[in-house]
Amino acid sequence: MATEIFLPAMSPTMEEGTLAKWLVKEGDTIKAGQVIAEIETDKATMELEADDAGVVARLLVPGGAEGVKVGTPIALVAEEGESVAAAAAAPVAPAPVATAAPAVSAPAPVAASAPVAAPVLVAKADPAIPAGTPMVKMTVREALRDAMAEEMRRDDRVFVMGEEVAQYQGAYKVTQGLLDMFGPDRVIDTPITEHGFAGIGAGAAMGGLKPVIEFMTFNFAMQAIDHIINSAAKTNYMSGGQMRCPIVFRGPNGAAARVGAQHSQNYGAWYAAVPGLIVLAPYDAADAKGLLKAAIRSPDPVVFLENELLYGRTFEVPQMDDYVLPIGKARIMREGTDVTLVGYSIAVGVALEAADKLAAEGISAEVIDLRSLRPLDRATVLTSLKKTNRLVVVEEGWPQCSIASEIAAICMEDGFDDLDAPVLRVTDVDVPLPYANNLEKMALVKVDDVVAAARRVCYR
Amino acid sequence: MQLSREHLERAYRQMKTIREFEERLHAEIMTGEIAGFTHLYCGQEAVAVGVCENLTDADYIVSTHRGHGHCIAKGCDVKGMMKEIYGRRDGLGKGKGGSMHIADINVGMLGANGIVGAGAPQAVGAGIAAKLDPRADGTFNVSVTFSGDGACNQGTTFEAMNMAVVVKAPVIFVFENNHYSEHTGHDYAVGSKDIARRAEAFGMKVWRGNGCDFLETYALMREVVEYVRAGNGPAAVELDTERFFGHFEGDPQRYRGPGEMERIRAERDCLKIFRDKVTAAGLLGHDVLDAIDTEVLALIEEATQEARSAPVPTAEDVLTDVYVSY
Repeated sequence: MATEIFLPAMSPTMEEGTLAKWLVKEGDTIKAGQVIAEIETDKATMELEADDAGVVARLLVPGGAEGVKVGTPIALVAEEGESVAAAAAAPVAPAPVATAAPAVSAPAPVAASAPVAAPVLVAKADPAIPAGTPMVKMTVREALRDAMAEEMRRDDRVFVMGEEVAQYQGAYKVTQGLLDMFGPDRVIDTPITEHGFAGIGAGAAMGGLKPVIEFMTFNFAMQAIDHIINSAAKTNYMSGGQMRCPIVFRGPNGAAARVGAQHSQNYGAWYAAVPGLIVLAPYDAADAKGLLKAAIRSPDPVVFLENELLYGRTFEVPQMDDYVLPIGKARIMREGTDVTLVGYSIAVGVALEAADKLAAEGISAEVIDLRSLRPLDRATVLTSLKKTNRLVVVEEGWPQCSIASEIAAICMEDGFDDLDAPVLRVTDVDVPLPYANNLEKMALVKVDDVVAAARRVCYR
Repeated sequence: MQLSREHLERAYRQMKTIREFEERLHAEIMTGEIAGFTHLYCGQEAVAVGVCENLTDADYIVSTHRGHGHCIAKGCDVKGMMKEIYGRRDGLGKGKGGSMHIADINVGMLGANGIVGAGAPQAVGAGIAAKLDPRADGTFNVSVTFSGDGACNQGTTFEAMNMAVVVKAPVIFVFENNHYSEHTGHDYAVGSKDIARRAEAFGMKVWRGNGCDFLETYALMREVVEYVRAGNGPAAVELDTERFFGHFEGDPQRYRGPGEMERIRAERDCLKIFRDKVTAAGLLGHDVLDAIDTEVLALIEEATQEARSAPVPTAEDVLTDVYVSY
């Protein structure tokens, strides 16, 4: 009986990988523990070892194949004494259905029978892209790295500091290549000392530099929150406008996958509560790039919230010499007339998917990506509300004192006469994020809950 | 100091259990059966067991993200741990905590911790509690915090050491120097290169030892625990050890030197060192150790099978345990 070798999950959040290279060919005899292939994940290149000895009967996935789902059979190995030809002819189990988070790069086409017109993806509302600008596909991770590299080239006061950012190329590979490009004086590895290096960053900013401080995740920034708020956010105000603290604190925020309660929190509402901070939370690669460049140029301190699950997703980014977005401007991701769905970061994907489902039911949803949590673009939200008269906020985070709560308050205060239904919040369940697979799914924000909330505010 | 035969067997069984538990997780993670972050303790077994064999259930330990070894050494139920890591309802944390958050108050295990440097202050707090509740003979239960050469740089650890000296708490700071702070070498990240000397500068008595040798670690810790139990205040120990796997499962470890993994597996494996020493001294035979190996493998197999087939939590479980009072 031939044994199948499957693409293993080589990192906690790995859903798929690139089979970079086979180091064996069909017919080769392999030993247990022998390195047989190189696999690239979104984080690293790994060596795949054979579990058992045998003969490679068939390579099912060619070297260089990208986007191979975890669990896909990639090779057949014949046991010693077994006919290689027979093993090679063995039927192969189908690849498991991916249980990955839904792909959201573009809404699925609406079924022909749907009573509403197919949704039109609105071109970027930001004015800066000239007609005819080519679009390149890149991951959010690459977009962030490019933003830093471009700004470091443009301004030699910009430097990057954090845990594993230099030699290791970033815990999530966001700073990949920067050490080679800019050297160890501008790409600085720190020991595990979040409180220390956040304060050191604040001091460097006060001293005239422009630090980009990477937190391995924002969960670890809780050790450093004193400097983010007391040192960075308040400097300008307390000094009567004499002192500046132009610093960017960036890193992944929100839930990843199965990493437990201490590693899975959304700090959007926490930092957005603090006057003196700018808080950005992009969804796609273009915004990640344009907003990070804007953040690095900002004379004010910026908390820049990324999302680990979005790092590996590919989006189109305008190919321009200097793509900088305005801070504080929300983006209409999709136009609609019946209900407004407001989200930010990964929840934008949830909202877009819900909008697809709603379209199939005849409900036309407008989707707004806030992008900036402070300053908050009240005008875009209120203008949309005036049109749809119904609003649901989608947030991958806790409900109480959330961004969703803030949006609801804004709609009440300034859009009361436009409301035909109460604003609803669709968020994570109000508990620390549980570890067990099924509990985690239950606790996180869900597309179907957004659809249900939208129906409810539409009284359907 | 001569350990009894039974005690040596127990120590070996504990170390072997940790080793096989971790090796099994390593295999299960590769098949995709276990998700999330898992930080394996393989290579450091002699530290956890050498420390915990000197403790009772009434003593506390506070662990790290690399906590499975500390849990097993302190007496956590191996099957309950496996179920927890599989996210099962009857895991030690009902499937809500996971690998980085295993705890068992009944054996004085106050929890693994996902935040580097969070453990030391907690251990000082537990030490203060122990100081306020002396044992019948006037000595104290002790509180042990495990920290690595990464956590030793966190301000929280410095603050904890100072406070422990100030309040003379019965706390032991065990620094497991496995030479890597996540993916960065301690020769880069620890400025002075000498962790014990830092602890000494806070006003504590310190010890140093070979953390790959159970017999040495056990004997040294016996001295340390006696000293702290007697009410002399806190102490610190730096133990030189090795990490056999990456920072987390999936870490390609490109930062290791050529041949480094093979060398440490060959020369610094605490299980091999133990076996060589006790057989050469005629204390235990290979047959006895082999029998323990077989027994441990069977236990791990059973724990894995039981965890696989154990029931997952129910929808109601999402909402329970957030509060005690409502």
